[in-house]
Amino acid sequence: MENTNVPVISAKDLNLWYGDFKALKSISLDVGEREITALIGPSGCGKSTFLKTLNRMNDLVPGVRIEGDVRLKGEDIFAREMELTDLRRRVGMVFQKANPFPMSIYDNITYGPKLHGVRNKAELDELVESSLRGAALWDEVKDRLKKSALGLSGGQQQRLCIARALAVKPEVLLMDEPTSALDPGSTMKVEELMNELKKNYTVVIVTHNMQQAARISDRTAFFLLGELVEVGPTNQIFSTPRDKRTEDYISGRFG
Amino acid sequence: MSIRKQYDSDLEALKTALVEMGQNAAEAVENALEALCTADTAAAQKIVQGDDRINNMERDIEHRCMALLLRQQPVAGDLRHISTAMKVVTDIERMGDHASDIAEIIPHLVTVRKERDPAVSQAIAMGRKAYQMILDAMDALTAEDEIAARRVIAADDAVDYDFNAIKHTLAQEIAADPAKVDAALDLLMVIKYLERIGDHAVNVAEWVQFVRTGRYKDESMF
Repeated sequence: MENTNVPVISAKDLNLWYGDFKALKSISLDVGEREITALIGPSGCGKSTFLKTLNRMNDLVPGVRIEGDVRLKGEDIFAREMELTDLRRRVGMVFQKANPFPMSIYDNITYGPKLHGVRNKAELDELVESSLRGAALWDEVKDRLKKSALGLSGGQQQRLCIARALAVKPEVLLMDEPTSALDPGSTMKVEELMNELKKNYTVVIVTHNMQQAARISDRTAFFLLGELVEVGPTNQIFSTPRDKRTEDYISGRFG
Repeated sequence: MSIRKQYDSDLEALKTALVEMGQNAAEAVENALEALCTADTAAAQKIVQGDDRINNMERDIEHRCMALLLRQQPVAGDLRHISTAMKVVTDIERMGDHASDIAEIIPHLVTVRKERDPAVSQAIAMGRKAYQMILDAMDALTAEDEIAARRVIAADDAVDYDFNAIKHTLAQEIAADPAKVDAALDLLMVIKYLERIGDHAVNVAEWVQFVRTGRYKDESMF
């Protein structure tokens, strides 16, 4: 199960409880640099919990208890000296439902960089363009940057959220079912975008769409009942999974 | 019926159709050998006509595979089974073709070769080995038995050996009496078809490893 690529994120023996409920059971998983890692599994299997642990979004959940080790390029993400805002800048997140701020497209993108101290107008303009280009949205919105982001289509809003995540120059992008609310055309655009993104970023995506995992990811990890059942190259997982539970899940026998 | 149950039942029907087609091809080969043995030209004619049935089975299996690929986007074991069916169906169809090819030669062959001709008997003995290879290859595929598949692959050596031995005999026949060239070439064609049937059985057997492991001839296909 070892990955030959240098791990950007390395989780070791990670356990997580919500109150008495153990949601993650001894998860050890490496995420390779500039790869797309897909997390799959039925609802409630722990894949989103695992994803949210990687930038400590779970810290906000009452009653959560975490044991184990998660490292971002060797640094302990739970260490006292790890600044949460810095961790979340380095590990960005895109959610299932596009959640643009109720402000202009321009302000959506510059919100993060301003928070991190960027004030220079030219620098902000440059960030807006590069982020929107990076999210394959620039050509569609360059003439209406000052218009409300809420006027964009669902697919555009999701790409805006990706652009917003890119604006703070993250190292890792976490995506929690980023296309589950999109039509096939918008889904294709986001998938093509992910393919582009992996040239510069490390991407971890939770998806319920098996074909999507097969299409876009380099490695696939299958979670079930809080356990990591199997992880491997996507071609291997979808052609010759080692564990019968993986085979049964990906071929639709349960879940 | 649930969607997955329907899928399972379609996959099961595909396997059954493949087994049935393999039986038909093997039977055609067996009948061709029998017709050769008994110089039965009427039986030979029937084999030629029967080949359409095997060709139709090939179309039906291809159709089933295409429909499953289209509607189910199969993965893992399902994908391996369907792609194996699409590959071996061509070899099985060719075995049927060659049985028919042999049957087409029989009416002329019986006019130019004597009864109880030892070279014909040798060809029939060779053909029985090729026939057995078809049965064993189909059994190995159905049971997904890699050891049995390797035995089929190894068995081809005996068929190839027979082919060369009979070919040598026929060459000597021609050398001894050039007037017999017609009779010799007829039988040479027959043994060449039988030798090809053995090769197609080997091809079928080679997919057994893939259906189990995703590897074909020890190389990963994915």
